[in-house]
Amino acid sequence: MPRWLYVPAVLGLLFVLLPLVAMVSRVEWGDLGTLVGSASARDALWLSLRTSGTSTLLCLLLGVPMAVVLARTRFPGQGVLRALVLLPLVVPPVVSGIALLATFGRRGVVGPTLEVLGLDIAFSTAAVVMAQTFVSLPFLVISVEGALRTAGERYEVVAATLGASPTTVFRRVTLPLVLPGLLAGAVLAFARALGEFGATVTFAGALQGSTTTLPTQIYLERFADPDAAVALSLVLVVVAVVVIGVARPGRGDT
Amino acid sequence: MTTARSGLVLDIVVDDRDVTVRLEVAHGETLALLGPNGAGKSTVLGAVAGLVAPTSGHVVLDGRDLTGVRPHRRHVALLAQDPLLFPHLSVLDNVAFAPRSTGAGRRASRSAARAHLREVGVEDLADRRPDRLSGGQAQRVAVARALAADPAVLLLDEPMAALDVDVVPALRQVLRRALADRTVLLVTHDPLDALLLADRVVVLERGRVVEDGATQEVLTRPRSAFAARIAGLNLVAGRWDGRAVVHGDAVLTGLPSSEPLPTGGAAVAVFSPAAVSVYPQPPSGSPRNALAAVVTDVEPLGDRVRVTTAVGSLTITAEVTPSAAADLELVPGAEVHLAVKAVEVAVHAARRP
Repeated sequence: MPRWLYVPAVLGLLFVLLPLVAMVSRVEWGDLGTLVGSASARDALWLSLRTSGTSTLLCLLLGVPMAVVLARTRFPGQGVLRALVLLPLVVPPVVSGIALLATFGRRGVVGPTLEVLGLDIAFSTAAVVMAQTFVSLPFLVISVEGALRTAGERYEVVAATLGASPTTVFRRVTLPLVLPGLLAGAVLAFARALGEFGATVTFAGALQGSTTTLPTQIYLERFADPDAAVALSLVLVVVAVVVIGVARPGRGDT
Repeated sequence: MTTARSGLVLDIVVDDRDVTVRLEVAHGETLALLGPNGAGKSTVLGAVAGLVAPTSGHVVLDGRDLTGVRPHRRHVALLAQDPLLFPHLSVLDNVAFAPRSTGAGRRASRSAARAHLREVGVEDLADRRPDRLSGGQAQRVAVARALAADPAVLLLDEPMAALDVDVVPALRQVLRRALADRTVLLVTHDPLDALLLADRVVVLERGRVVEDGATQEVLTRPRSAFAARIAGLNLVAGRWDGRAVVHGDAVLTGLPSSEPLPTGGAAVAVFSPAAVSVYPQPPSGSPRNALAAVVTDVEPLGDRVRVTTAVGSLTITAEVTPSAAADLELVPGAEVHLAVKAVEVAVHAARRP
C-alpha cells in the first residue's frame, strides 16, 4: 500500500467523525434529562423502536423468500427484477413516500378499495411501518441473497438425497447456513428503518404518538427548540452505535 | 415402466451431455463405474439421484420408476469426494439428519446415528463439530450419514479421491465392510477401488458403455482403451498363506498393505508391469518371485514395449525397453522367465476369493 493513501484516508475519517464530535459538543448536558425526557420525545423514541422492530420483522418475512427466489431460481428478466427490488436503495426517500401515497393514499391505486374494507392506511402508524419496510427491504434481500450464493447449493443437494423434503432442507440446512448474513441484513434493515424520515413524513405525516418518529421529532424540534433537537440526535446516535455493536459488521459474516 | 426386479435398472439418454447408458445393479451388488473425465459417470449418478433429468429413458429402483420423482423421495444417498458435512451440526446430528428428516424422533435418530458411527469406527467423534475433523474422519462420518439414510441404492462419487494416500486404505476397509450387502453404484478412477469394493465393473467412454463384466475379468483382460490404460496393473488373486499369494502354481511373495490380512483368506497381489523383469533363463540368487511364462503379445507403448505373457491361467504384463525386447527375441510363443521383486508387490485383502 502506498503511504500517501493515509492522507485522504485520514481526511475521510475526520469528515465522518468531526460532525459527530461537534454535535456532542453542543449538547447541554445539564438539561439533558428534561430535553430527552419530555412526553413528545419519549413518545417519538418508543414509536421509532416499535415501528422499526415491526418493519424489520416484515422485512424478514418478505425479504428472505425474495432472496431465496432470486438466489435459487433462474427465469427470464431476473436481472431486471433484482434491479427493481433494489430500487428503494437509490430512489430519494421522499419519492418513495410519494409512490406509497399514490398506491395506498385515499386517492391512490388501491387506497379506495382498502377504505371500503375499513382500512385507512395513510397518516397512520401502519403507514410508518410500511414506509420503513419499503426502504429497508433491499438491505435484507441483498445480505441474504449474497449469503445464499456464498453458501451454494451443495449442502442442500446432499440434504435432499438424504431424504429431507424441500421444507425440511430450508429449515434445517439453508436457514442455519445463511444465519450470519441474515442477522447482518436484519440489523441493517433495523438501522435503516430507525433513521427513515423522508418517506415516513411524506406518507405518514407527523402526529405525536402515532406517526412522529424520532427523526421526524428531531426535524420538528430543530426550529422550535434546537437544544432538544441536539439532545434527541444524541439519543439516535447512541441507539445506532448499540445496533452496530450488536451486529459487529465484518465479524462472523463470511 | 415398472419391473418387479429388485436392484437398479438404468436406461437413459441425456442429449446435452451426449450420454446414452444402459446398466443394471443387482440387489446387494456393488457396481464400479470407471471411465475418463467427461465420460458421463457423474451424469449417470445425477440421473439416479434426480439431479439430472434424462432426455428420455427411465431409472427403475426396486421396481419403482423414478421418472419425475423428486430427489428426496428416491431413497438414494449420495456421497461425493467432498464430505459436505453440515457445518452447523455436530457429527452425531449430521448422521442423525436422514432419520430425523424422514420422521424418526430425536432419540431414535441419535441412537441410530451412534450405531452407524460405530460401524465406521468413529463413535468417539460424535460430539465434535465438522471443522474439527481430519479429511479421513470427515469422510467416515459422511459414510455413516449416507448409511443412516438406509438408501435403496448408495451412490459413491470418487469417495476417496480427495483424501491423503495414507488414510485411503483404512477408509477402503470401512467401505468394504459397509458396502458388503448393499446395492451400490461406485464411480472411481482407481482400479484398486474397483477390485477391492466392486463385484462388477462398467467402463464408460464418451457417454457409452464400452465394457461390462466381472471386476477381475475387466481389470485383467481389458478390452477398452481406458480400462487397459488404468488397469495396466498386474493382479493375481489367490489365497494368502502368511507370506505369499498362492494361485495354482504361481506363488507371489509380497508386502501386505496396512489392512488386516488373515492367513488362508482371499487376497490379491498387485504390481506394476514396470516391476516385472524378463529373462531368457530362470534368474538365480536374488530373493525374487520367479514365474515361467509364455509370451502372448508384444506391443509398443510410448518409449517402452509392453509384453503380455501367460503364466498358467494368469495374464502378466511386463514393460521392457525396445532394445531388451530385441535382445530377448520376444515374439508370441517365446518361453521366458519373469522376476518380480517382493517389495514391488502390494497385497490386499480381496472381496471375493
